Amino acid sequence: MHTSVTIAGVTFDNPVMTASGTFGSGKEYAEYMDLNGLGGIIVKGVASKEWLGNPAPRIAETYGGMLNAVGLQNPGVDVFMEEDIPFLRQYNTNIVVNIAGKTVEEYVDVTKRLQQADIDMIELNISCPNVKEGGVAFGTDAGMAEYITKEVKKHAKQPLIVKLSPNVTDITEIAKAVEAGGADAVSLINTLLGMKIDIYKRRPVLANRVGGFSGPAIKPVAVRMVHQVYKSIQLPIIGLGGICTGEDAVEFMLAGATGVAVGTANFMNPRATVDVIEGIERFMDETGVEDVRELIGALE
Amino acid sequence: MCQDNIKSKKTVSIIANEEIAAGVYQMVFREQEIAERTKPGQFVNVYCQADSRILPRPISICQVEPRAGLVTIVYMVVGQGTKEFSNLQAGQTIDVLGPLGNGFSPVACEESILVGGGVGTPPLLELVKQLPGTKHVFLGFRTGSYLVDAFKQYAQVYIATDDGSVGQQGTVIDLMNAVGAKGQQVYACGPKPMLAALKTWTNERDIPAQLSLEERMGCGIGACVGCVCKVKTDTESGFTYKKVCKDGPVFDAKEVIL
Repeated sequence: MHTSVTIAGVTFDNPVMTASGTFGSGKEYAEYMDLNGLGGIIVKGVASKEWLGNPAPRIAETYGGMLNAVGLQNPGVDVFMEEDIPFLRQYNTNIVVNIAGKTVEEYVDVTKRLQQADIDMIELNISCPNVKEGGVAFGTDAGMAEYITKEVKKHAKQPLIVKLSPNVTDITEIAKAVEAGGADAVSLINTLLGMKIDIYKRRPVLANRVGGFSGPAIKPVAVRMVHQVYKSIQLPIIGLGGICTGEDAVEFMLAGATGVAVGTANFMNPRATVDVIEGIERFMDETGVEDVRELIGALE
Repeated sequence: MCQDNIKSKKTVSIIANEEIAAGVYQMVFREQEIAERTKPGQFVNVYCQADSRILPRPISICQVEPRAGLVTIVYMVVGQGTKEFSNLQAGQTIDVLGPLGNGFSPVACEESILVGGGVGTPPLLELVKQLPGTKHVFLGFRTGSYLVDAFKQYAQVYIATDDGSVGQQGTVIDLMNAVGAKGQQVYACGPKPMLAALKTWTNERDIPAQLSLEERMGCGIGACVGCVCKVKTDTESGFTYKKVCKDGPVFDAKEVIL
């Protein structure tokens, strides 16, 4: 059985990665699973300097999903490189670093400093709904998305993935823009902007009032967008949004994804990625798929 | 990498699940490893069966019986998840993960003060069992009380209720002042206003205190960074966020900002 896939020249033993922001830098999960089994680890977003993030409460459960308003809390790229890269490099898996910034200059700064790090790919986060500046502001305007992709790409020797926001009228416009900007791959979707209200207190549950909606409830939206983008651009796609099982992952691959990322399911079960990998293999075995690449975009 | 000691969710048998006060349930389940490894103040993730409820519910461990492999948790019905748990019967199973978080660090001293507020009371039971010396337990409830007899086996117990239905009417802090509580170490778990008042109380008397915090959690294992509290730093902002689930839930009163 052949399970490896190649995305922008980087080979993954299997298509399964971890969605940024749901797996820390892997340390928390090393107690629960063998990280060597993962195709790749997309680490939590890092910025040029420490970000404190938003006040608590930052989490709210919703029907079949959750809202978060963490706000990209991270210790900054220097601490990340010193503490997390050596830990991750002990494992035989690809390291994909998600980067965040409030200005184009900050994104460029993180990228430049990451050139000293032993990493496999960079994921450009222009789609976090929980930070006021930068973040989603770059991901919802095609012109800005193309510009920032181009600027970051100038300084990145690693292949560049751009993570797309679903909070737009037409996601294919943004996908085309980042393709024109020189992206090597796209990942989608980031969280949908959502809100939950405590009806007794008549107040939003989250301190930030609104947050990013994720989990199994968003899967149909994500599958639809992956398929739309697959038909619109030539770049490889990493699909994510509510993936909990191998069957979910196969659905994304049929829609056009070359790789998949597991996000909120990691909170529901620390071994969710293992379940997804095993589930894909079981599906291949049961349906006579010899090579996982046969599934990519194989929607009839 | 060494892959010994890989932890995972466990499906456990429920031995008992009873309402011990209005809306407060005590569940006993059998899980040898958790019973053996739990330190006072740690918690377990309890998972719902309904697919619509995706996140685990963090519930503190009330007490363990390592020889029998029994674990007791006490929880209040506050939403649909805990409502689901309350409907489970002895003989049924439930998925749990734990023990999680850092618990209390028992300090050997002559006299200790333990302060529990409402559903923050249960984790103090395992602590009071393990602490050496004389222990003074102050419990505060809105109305009524629970677990009091269990605490009485190990300590002198004082109770305060908001409505005066049991013990003295008022807050536990009022009660501690009325009794003239004294000790060399304070341990507490309860709502934030109680912990904040206790922080002031211990600060004024220069008594070290360990406070167990509660916050809405996503994963319970330190990955989602959802359940944070403010901790003092020397930086420009004066604070940083620490994770209640992984860095806590127990924090030094001097470092945590409430």
